Amino acid sequence: MAPPAQSQRSPSPSQPSGKGEVSDLKSQLRQLAGSRAPGIDDSKRELFKKVISYMTVGIDVSSLFGEMVMCSATSDIVLKKMCYLYVGNYAKVNPDLALLTINFLQRDCKDEDPMIRGLALRSLCSLRVANLVEYLVGPLGSGLKDNNNYVRTVAVMGVLKLYHISASTCVDADFPAMLKHSMLNDSDAQVVANCLSALQEIWSSEASSSEEASREREALLSKPVVYYFLNRIKEFSEWAQCLVLELVGKYVPSETSEIFDIMNLLEDRLQHANGAVVLATIKVFLQLTLSMTDVHQQVYERIKAPLLTLVSSGSPEQSYAVLSHLHLLVMRAPFIFSSDYKHFYCQYNEPSYVKKLKLEMLTAVANESNTYEIVTELCEYAANVDIPIARESIRAVGKIALQQYDVNAIVDRLLQFLEMEKDYVTAEALVLVKDLLRKYPQWSQDCIAVVGNISSKNIQEPKAKAALIWMLGEYSQDMHDAPYILESLIENWEDEHSAEVRLHLLTAVMKCFFKRPPETQKALGAALAAGLADFHQDVHDRALFYYRLLQYNVSVAQRVVDPPKQAVSVFADTQSSEIKDRIFDEFNSLSVVYQKPSYMFTDKEHRGPFEFSDELGHLSIGAESTGHASQSSLAIDDLLGLGLPVAPAPAPSPPLLKLNSKAVLDPGTFQQKWRQLPISLSQEYSVSPRGVAALTAPQALLRHMQGHSIHCIASGGQSPNYKFFFFAQKAEESSTFLVECIINTSSAKAQIKIKADDQSASEAFSTLFQSALSEFGLP
Amino acid sequence: MISQFFVLSQRGDNIVFRDYRGEVQKGSAEIFFRKVKFWKEDGQEEAPPVFNVDGVNYFHVKVVGLLFVATTRVNVSPSLVLELLQRIAHVIKDYLGILNEDSLRKNFVLVYELLDEVIDFGYVQITSTEMLKSYVFNEPIVIDAARLQSLGPASIFMQGGKRMPGTAVTKSVVATEPGGRMREEIFVDIIEKISITFSSSGYILTSEIDGTIQMKSYLSGNPEIRVALNDDLGIGKDGRPTYDYRSSSGSGAVILDDCNFHESVRLDSFDSEKTLSLVPPDGEFTVMNYRMTQEFKPPFRINTLIEEAGALKAEVIIKVRAEFSSSITANTIMVLMPLPKYTSRASFELEPGAVGQTMDFKEANKRLEWGLKKIVGGSEHTLRAKLTFSQESHGNITKESGPVSMTFTIPMYNASRLQVKYLQIAKKSGTYNPYRWVRYVTQANSYVARI
Repeated sequence: MAPPAQSQRSPSPSQPSGKGEVSDLKSQLRQLAGSRAPGIDDSKRELFKKVISYMTVGIDVSSLFGEMVMCSATSDIVLKKMCYLYVGNYAKVNPDLALLTINFLQRDCKDEDPMIRGLALRSLCSLRVANLVEYLVGPLGSGLKDNNNYVRTVAVMGVLKLYHISASTCVDADFPAMLKHSMLNDSDAQVVANCLSALQEIWSSEASSSEEASREREALLSKPVVYYFLNRIKEFSEWAQCLVLELVGKYVPSETSEIFDIMNLLEDRLQHANGAVVLATIKVFLQLTLSMTDVHQQVYERIKAPLLTLVSSGSPEQSYAVLSHLHLLVMRAPFIFSSDYKHFYCQYNEPSYVKKLKLEMLTAVANESNTYEIVTELCEYAANVDIPIARESIRAVGKIALQQYDVNAIVDRLLQFLEMEKDYVTAEALVLVKDLLRKYPQWSQDCIAVVGNISSKNIQEPKAKAALIWMLGEYSQDMHDAPYILESLIENWEDEHSAEVRLHLLTAVMKCFFKRPPETQKALGAALAAGLADFHQDVHDRALFYYRLLQYNVSVAQRVVDPPKQAVSVFADTQSSEIKDRIFDEFNSLSVVYQKPSYMFTDKEHRGPFEFSDELGHLSIGAESTGHASQSSLAIDDLLGLGLPVAPAPAPSPPLLKLNSKAVLDPGTFQQKWRQLPISLSQEYSVSPRGVAALTAPQALLRHMQGHSIHCIASGGQSPNYKFFFFAQKAEESSTFLVECIINTSSAKAQIKIKADDQSASEAFSTLFQSALSEFGLP
Repeated sequence: MISQFFVLSQRGDNIVFRDYRGEVQKGSAEIFFRKVKFWKEDGQEEAPPVFNVDGVNYFHVKVVGLLFVATTRVNVSPSLVLELLQRIAHVIKDYLGILNEDSLRKNFVLVYELLDEVIDFGYVQITSTEMLKSYVFNEPIVIDAARLQSLGPASIFMQGGKRMPGTAVTKSVVATEPGGRMREEIFVDIIEKISITFSSSGYILTSEIDGTIQMKSYLSGNPEIRVALNDDLGIGKDGRPTYDYRSSSGSGAVILDDCNFHESVRLDSFDSEKTLSLVPPDGEFTVMNYRMTQEFKPPFRINTLIEEAGALKAEVIIKVRAEFSSSITANTIMVLMPLPKYTSRASFELEPGAVGQTMDFKEANKRLEWGLKKIVGGSEHTLRAKLTFSQESHGNITKESGPVSMTFTIPMYNASRLQVKYLQIAKKSGTYNPYRWVRYVTQANSYVARI
C-alpha cells in the first residue's frame, strides 16, 4: 500500500500540487468509464498511471475512488492491477466505498484465469476493512483448495491478512487447521513456506490465550515437522530456506546422532551465495552443538572461510551484516581467529561503521604471536586522516596493552603518540597511559618522564585533562613540577567547565599535599575554597568532605584519599556475560548488529514468532545485587504506612518435598527445558496485600524465594504485571522444577505454570511454592 | 518479514512506496531520509545500513545513487533484508535494462507489478527474474542508454569503446529488440577486485583478490551450460600442498581460499574436472564468488619520495609502474595522496610528452589527485609536485601525509589467473551456435602504498 496523502509534505516544484489536477483526472475518468470505444484501454492506462504516480508522491487521490471503481470493468490485466493497487491503498480510509469493489473482486476470484483469481483474492484480502471480513471467508476457503499453486500461495497469505483484520473470524472459520493441513501436504514449496510463516504468526499470538494454540506452536518444533521440512529443504526458494533453517535452529534433538545427521544434510548450505542462507545455517550449527564443546569449536573453524568470503563479496551493506556476525563470533572465541587477524585490517575506503567493528576484532584477537604486527598496523591508523578512526585505533592499542603480559613495545608506541603533537592523539594517549599505569605501576618512571613534558595548556578535552591531573596527583613525588602545575590549574578554576576535571583537581591536589606539603599547602587552600564555592553539587560536596577530613585528622585523611594502591588486574567489562549470551542466542537477527538483545529495541507485540525466548530476555536476569531496591522499598513502606492489618493467607501444612538450596541452572538449559517439557500444573493463587506491597521491589521476592530454595532465573515487568521465572531442584536427585509466575498487583493474583522433570512431584512442589509465596511480605 | 519497501531519490523523493503490513507509520520515508542525511552532526560518518528509530528498524542499500529501503518492527535477519533489497534492485534492473532514477520514474507501474509478486504481506515470494515474467504485463519503457551510467560492475565493459558489446548490460530481459527476435547470446564476466597494502619499503603487507563470475544469458529455451575452469584449481587450505613460492612469480596452481555458488550451479564434476554446470536463469546473476589470499603479482608498483626543500617547501615525487604485459591497457587511473594539513599550495610537473593526465590539489581535504586516462603495460609515469606550506613542517611531512591510494580498471586482465577455459552450451541443433562472450576485468578495491 502506498502512502495516502502525506499532506504535511510540500511537493517539490517538479511535482503537481494536487487539487486542480485531481479534479481534472476525475472528469477524464468519468468520460472514459462508460466508453467502449476501441483503444480506450490505452487511454485508461495513461490516466490510471497518473493516479498511481500522484499516490506515490503523496497527493491524496482518494476522492477518485468511485470513478476508479467504475473504470475497473475491464479485461485488461495491466489496468486491473493498477486498479487493485489503488483500491488496496484507499479502501481503509473509504470503508463505505470499499464495499463497491467487493462485487468485482469477488467476481474476479472466480475467473477462469488463475492469475486473475490470485490477484483478485490478494486485493480482496488487502482491503483491511473490518466490516467486510465476511466477504473474505468464502473466496479464501476456495482459494486454499484451488488447483493452481499461485492462487493457493496467495490464499495462504490472505488467511494471515484476515487474521490481522479479525482474528476471531479467521479462527472460527477453522483456517489455521486448513493451513496446517496444507503445510504438511501441499506439493508446492512456496505454499508450504507461506503456511509456515502464517501459522507461526497466528499461533504465537493465539498462544497467550489458548492452550491449544500454544501446543500447536510447540508442535511446529516437533521432530516429525522439523524433519519434514529438512527433507524438502532444497525444493524451497532461498528465502523460504531461511525460514526453515530458522525453525530448525529452535529444534532440540533428543540424540547426538540427530545433530550430526542434520549438520551433514545442511553442510552444502554453507556454500550458498546468499548470505542470509549461510548465516541461518550457521545458527543451526551453533545452536545444535552448544553442549558439545569440541564439535562447537570445529563449527567455528568450518564457518570461518564462508563468512570471510561473504564479507568480501557483495555490496558493502551485505558485507556489513555478515561482518557484524563475524564480529560476534570473534568476540566470543578470539583464539580461533587469532591467525586470521589480517582479514580485520581496515581499508582506507571503508565506512567508519565497518572500521569500528574491525578495530574491535583486531583488539580481541591480539595474542603473544601477532601483537607486534597488529599494533604496528594500528599505529598506521593513528596517523590517519579519519580522526574518529585514529582515536579508536589509539584506544585499541591501549586495550591490547591492557590485555597483554608483554607490554614493553606497546608502551613505547603509546609514548610516541604523546610526542606526535596532534591534540586528539595526545588526548587519547593520555587517557590510555593513565589506565596503563593503574594496571602496570612498574612503568611509571618511563611514562612520567614523557607525561611531564606535556604542557597542560595544550590539553583541552576533559577526559584527557582529568587523566593528566590524576597522574600529577598520583606521581607528584616523581614529577618535579607537579605542585606548580596543579597550582596554575587551580588558578584557572573559574574557566574550567568540566566538573569531572574539577573533581580530579581536588583529589590530585590533596594527594600532592600529602607528599609535598610545604609546596602544595597554598594550592590546596585555594582549591578547597574554590571547591566550596562551586555551584556543582558533587564538586562542592567533595571539597567539603576533604576539608572536614583534614580538620579531623590529616593522617586519616591521607589513608582515605591516598591509600596505597593495588594494581587493577581486570577492567570491568561494559557488557555482562548474560547480555552477550542473549545476543548469541539471537544470532542472525538485528540484535547482533545493534549489539543488544531484542528486548531492548523491540516492543512486545513485535517479537518474533516464538516469543518465549524473547520473553525470558525481556526480563532482567535475576542474580543482580539487590541492596538498593530493597532499601528503597522499605522506605516507601514506611512512608505510606503500609502496616495493613491483614491476616496472611493460611499457610498450607509443610510439604514433604525437600529442595536443594544450592541448585544451579544456566539460562540456556532453562530455555531448552522450558521448551521441551509440557505444563504439568497450572494454578492461580491469591497474593496477600502485604506481599503486593512488598512487590514494589520485585528483587525482594527473589531473595525471599531463594530462602525457600526456589531460585529466580529471570524477572521483569512493571506494575501492575510482574513476571518471574523460577527453578528448583530436588535435594537428593537432579530433578528440576521450572515455574513461570505472573503476579498482577492490582488483582492480587499470581498465575503459576509449573513444568517438571518428575511430573508426579509437581503437586507437592506447587504446595511448597504456594506456601513460600504466601509468606512473602511478612515481617 | 518487512513492513514497507520504498525507493528514494538522492533528494529524498519517493519514487516507489509500498506498504505491505501497515505497521509502520506513514512518515517513515521522511524520518529515514533525515536520519541518513544527518547521521552525525559533523557529517564525517555515514549512516550504517541498518538502524533503529523509535522501535522501527530501517534497512537500506545504495544502488546507483538511489536508496532502496525496507522497514520493519520485528527482529528479523539483517542479512536477509539487505540481500533482498539488493535482489530487488537486480530484478528491477533486469526488467528495465538500465536502473536509475529516470528509468524508475518512467516505469514505476511495472515496478509496482514486480513488487506485488516479490513480496506478499511482508514475506518474500518470488525473486527470480524468470519466474516473475509470467506475472508481469507492463512493457518496460527503455530509456536512452548512451548518456547513462548503469548498474553493477559489468558496466565497466562499456568504457572500452567498440571492443565489447556494451548493449548486454543495458538490455531488458523482456523488451523485444527493434529487429524482432532477440539475439542468442550469453555473457560470462570474470570480475576481480584487488586489495593490496604495500609497506613504505614496497613490501606487500596484505593482499587479497575478491572475484565473481557473473553471467547474463539471453539464450532461448534454457539450455544447460558447462563452464570449465583451470585444471589446477584448488580450493581451501587443504588444496594447497605446501607453500608454493613459485606461485608468486606467475606459475603454479591457482588456489582459492574459499568460494560460494549460485543455487542453480551443480557441482557434480567440480572436484574432478573443475567444471560447473548450470541452467542459467534469465537476467544477470552471480555464478560464483571467490576469495584468494595466495600471493599474486600486483599490476602496479607505486614509489613515493618526499624531499624537504627548506622550512616551508617540499617536493613529492610519485612514480607508478605498470607491471603487466604491453598488450594490455589499464584505464581510468586515479592516484590520491593526502598532504599535510598545513599545505597551502601545490604546483605540478609531468614528464615531457605526457597526455591525458590531470593533476589537482583539493584545498578542502588537502589531497593531491592525479588522474591518468590510460596506462599501457610495462610503462612508467612520474608526477612531481612542489608543495608550499603555511607553517613549518618540523620534519614531520612523511608522518602527516599519505598513504597513496590508487583506483583503476584493467580490462582483459585478471590477477588471480583464474580462467574460463571453455563455455559449453548444450546443443539444440547443428546450426545452433549462440554468441559467447567471456570477459575479464580487474579493478582496485583498496590499493594502498604507505610512505
